[in-house]
Amino acid sequence: MTVEAGRPRGVALYSDVIRERWRRPRYRGELPEANVVAEDVNPLCGDRVRLMLRVEDGHVRAARFLGDSCAICTAAADVLAELLEGRARAAALALDAQALLERLQAEIRPSRLGCVTLPLAVLRRALGAEGPVGGPAARR
Amino acid sequence: MTPLDEQTRPDFPILERVVNGRPLAYLDSAASSQKPRVVIEAMARYYERTHANVHRSIHTLGEEATELYEAARDRVQRFIGAPRREEVIFTRGTTDGINLLADALGHTLRPGDEILVTEMEHHSNLVPWQMAARLAGAVLRAVPVTDEGSLDLAALDRLLSERTRVVAVTHVSNVLGTVNPVAEICRRARRVGAVTVVDGAQAAPHLPLDMSALNCDFYVFSGHKVLGPTGIGVLWGRREALERLEPTRGGGEMIREVWIDRADWNDLPWRFEPGTPPIAEAVGLMAAVEYLDKLGMDRVRAHTQRLAREAAEALAALPGVTVYGPREGRGALVSFAVAGVHPHDVAAFLDQEGIAVRAGHHCAQPLMRRLGVVGTTRASFSVFNSSDEVARLVAAVAALRSAL
Repeated sequence: MTVEAGRPRGVALYSDVIRERWRRPRYRGELPEANVVAEDVNPLCGDRVRLMLRVEDGHVRAARFLGDSCAICTAAADVLAELLEGRARAAALALDAQALLERLQAEIRPSRLGCVTLPLAVLRRALGAEGPVGGPAARR
Repeated sequence: MTPLDEQTRPDFPILERVVNGRPLAYLDSAASSQKPRVVIEAMARYYERTHANVHRSIHTLGEEATELYEAARDRVQRFIGAPRREEVIFTRGTTDGINLLADALGHTLRPGDEILVTEMEHHSNLVPWQMAARLAGAVLRAVPVTDEGSLDLAALDRLLSERTRVVAVTHVSNVLGTVNPVAEICRRARRVGAVTVVDGAQAAPHLPLDMSALNCDFYVFSGHKVLGPTGIGVLWGRREALERLEPTRGGGEMIREVWIDRADWNDLPWRFEPGTPPIAEAVGLMAAVEYLDKLGMDRVRAHTQRLAREAAEALAALPGVTVYGPREGRGALVSFAVAGVHPHDVAAFLDQEGIAVRAGHHCAQPLMRRLGVVGTTRASFSVFNSSDEVARLVAAVAALRSAL
């Protein structure tokens, strides 16, 4: 029999931050004063994330998201919205998957990295940036 | 008689694997089945002893390879109850077969002609028809799915008209498990003169097939879902229907004689098999259908449908779990949703328990919209799966909401 190393039994599937942000997202909801809105889907799973931003003087003043998405994607969108508020456009676009993973205190297996990068792709679309999302997930 | 799973389990080397500390419960055969040792060994033996290109090699290995490749065709012909061997064309898979048909039939369409699909099609039996319709200026229509997860046959009658040139329908839904009455659908389609195409990807692994009774013009399926290798599929066509098709892919093997400015086509089936075919894969497919025939497809159907029914009933009894698809007439799979938990989180949790399932839109986004969900979680069954594995699945889903 082949025995492979796996996650130790009894350890939760996702990090505490992911579970907390998925169960009780802080930045999920409408943003009526939004002046920048973008949306995208993950073609692999059909997950959809909509990002609403209030951008003034080149800074993100407020951010909210809505989406049909898994726990990882929901938590990633939630911490992204949090990280965005108060950031200048360039600093917002500098956020990458690594930044979200640090905030989520999670290691994500390759097959689920797209769940982390979807909100980042929506952000790039919202801010009219060219090119792919940066960070480790960009290799996939 | 020994239960099918007890009889067959030792034949599948991969089932010895332990995943995340648990014995693998592989409930994803609808995506791709596992391979019995006879398939793996037949392909290895072919490469070790026989391999050469087929049909034009005037040497011993070439002749042996040709013999094996054509023997695979005969074997598949028997497996699907096809009247003639030249009606069996090897493709690269179901998607490839449907694209071949959409290309070839698409060339015969005129603006205003109609292609009729259904709301429960896999993208593979939808997108190629969208492309064909766009090129020809034809119109694509879809038979709706009822709330119970069946095709609305009254709507089918309303949608069929003399403008309908092609009816493309799945035999078994890869999401709902619905076994569609394809013989009846094809009979009605034929009344208006439409060509019928049946996607058998989810049917061929589990149902006894008889092309002479099914009434369709074309039937396609994949090798890798019938315990065979990836990279090969079957397109069966009634000889008269195939004779009417103009090939759309040129190359070696599909011609009789070639000049600089033109060529004559080869006979069936080679007319639709340009280039070097998947020879080792044909050898593996032959071993796979031999294996299934030895088990008996009636027995395979009874076993996998019983497991799907057990799973559907037990999952539906759990609080917060919705099971999709018809109560009666379900194939070898069950799709379900857990309230408040995304299907990918369900699948990730089950993987932690060593249970492999599929989650997401299952390449059937129009059907997901019809069901009003982003995706579902799907457990699908094969000959080697057991009631114990169904019980493991149900227990894990029951524990899921508190565990996440």
